[in-house]
Amino acid sequence: MDVISTPRSNARKALDQLGRPAERRFGELAFRGLLLFGTIIACLVLGVLLVSVGMDGIPRLNAAFLTEYSSRFADETGIRAQLTGTLSLMVLVALIACPIGVGAAIYLEEFAPRNRFTRLIEVNIANLAGVPSIVYGLLGLAVFVYFLSVGRHLLAGAATLALLVLPVIIVAGREAIKAVPQEIRAGGLALGATRWQVASRQVLPAALPGMLTGTILSLSRAIGETAPLLAVGAAFSIRQNVKPWELFSDFSALPIVIYQYASFPGEDFRVEAASAGIVVLLAVLLLMNSVAIVLRNRYSRRT
Amino acid sequence: MVEKATTETRSRTDVAELGDEEKDLGPKVEVSEPSTPVDEQSHRTVFDVRDVTVRYGSFPAIRDVTMAIREHEITALIGPSGCGKSTYLRCFNRMNDLIPSARVEGTITYHGADLYAKKVDPVEVRRRIGMVFQSPNPFPKSIYENIAFGPKVNNMQVDSMDDLVEQSLRRAALWEEVKDKLGDSAYGLSGGQQQRLCIARAIAVDPDVILMDEPCSSLDPIATGRIEDLMRELTERYTIVIVTHNMQQAARASDRTAFITTEVQNDEGKDRRSGRLIEFDLTETIFQNPSDERTEDYVTGRFG
Repeated sequence: MDVISTPRSNARKALDQLGRPAERRFGELAFRGLLLFGTIIACLVLGVLLVSVGMDGIPRLNAAFLTEYSSRFADETGIRAQLTGTLSLMVLVALIACPIGVGAAIYLEEFAPRNRFTRLIEVNIANLAGVPSIVYGLLGLAVFVYFLSVGRHLLAGAATLALLVLPVIIVAGREAIKAVPQEIRAGGLALGATRWQVASRQVLPAALPGMLTGTILSLSRAIGETAPLLAVGAAFSIRQNVKPWELFSDFSALPIVIYQYASFPGEDFRVEAASAGIVVLLAVLLLMNSVAIVLRNRYSRRT
Repeated sequence: MVEKATTETRSRTDVAELGDEEKDLGPKVEVSEPSTPVDEQSHRTVFDVRDVTVRYGSFPAIRDVTMAIREHEITALIGPSGCGKSTYLRCFNRMNDLIPSARVEGTITYHGADLYAKKVDPVEVRRRIGMVFQSPNPFPKSIYENIAFGPKVNNMQVDSMDDLVEQSLRRAALWEEVKDKLGDSAYGLSGGQQQRLCIARAIAVDPDVILMDEPCSSLDPIATGRIEDLMRELTERYTIVIVTHNMQQAARASDRTAFITTEVQNDEGKDRRSGRLIEFDLTETIFQNPSDERTEDYVTGRFG
């Protein structure tokens, strides 16, 4: 038989060459360790925060805390007005910011000519996403409360938060639209569709999951904003439900009441009630994020 | 050459349909004569191309093309990569309009009407002159919706959309394979099926011409064969212009073949490349008895 077998010494030599040199192995381990360290730090901080807030807040949390209005007495106080306020704000912000943001994103990606002017607009929008929220608050105070005479009412708060999230929605929307393959547009146009028909019937549906995710995540950023609401005159405590259709009513929101409780001297307010408020706020936030994930999965599965 | 009365009538109605509402065309309409002698009276000229140059920026990607494309024929454009075949093909349905830096010079007439006249609406042009792309690009929707999109956006008066979808899929030889899953995503089809879906989609708007830009380049030989058979059947109703890298495909499937190649020109010390039409003739002649040496080198595989 003329089967050719490899001598053992050759095999050993080959194996030696295939092994990874020690210094490369060390480099990889060190780098991986560094990355792991970063991850642990981030998770640890979040974990400590959640545990500490939960330990202080959850025992205080009960049905009455959600259904009662604010009170002078720590064990009777509740966040009904602020919870309805936050929910009303979110509804209004979404109603104001979504059409404008999605419209701007479609225009910039699908229709705007590529020139210096549109590039300037793009850079500006990206920068606006990083402007401190108090600046938006003061802008809202000047424009909505005084100039447009909305007053210190729900509409002014919602409009200000809508301005705050608009750049984020536009940027996320543009990314989602950009991710739609160019071939889809060419295919639509080659069938004699107008640019608008292609944008509205092909590009937008394909970009929707990404847009929804970006929008809801930006709303969950807005939900925790305190400074702009204080600037446009959110009330600390009101004794009424805030309803999204009562645009010119006084309003309040969860971060406002948390901020207020945290400034009280008594531990029952400063620690317990404030923590309970934070737990509720976090719950609303997680709920919104999970809605974002569900929507995204649902729409992306359809394609 | 004598202008034929029938051609003229036809051109005028076509211009009127292509443009906007305005019916009074006035004397401005240019009706041009076919550039090649009408040796076969049964085949009318669909596109008459004269001195067409396409530029991206300042330098031409392809220049000085003059040729005529006839009705109910398959015209193949062959040539090495980067010679401007696809760019040239995109002139016929004005897809080059979508590239801001692209400029088309010279004239292309469509049934005698200037395709680039001011009043011609590119959207209307693209409905009449359909296109199938290099890689299958179905919409991320159901098979049914892929077909129905074109008729819907064009406001076509359709008695039954279901019938139109079936008819289009049948003509694209895809019906039997998909009739039980019309509601499924088009992305679930194989590459060859997707490409036939794209052909069905193009047929559904009842075009006059179908442009194909290397439609089989991402398909296996079996799927390619099916699409070539399909093209032959489609010439009963449509005119087809196909760009292909596959010489056998051009030889097998086309009536006439244009050989385009890249020429190097010296432009202010820099060598710039642009495409030139070398030879355009019956496919048989191009492959068996080409008159230009470069064509012969290319079709026999000695070049590119």
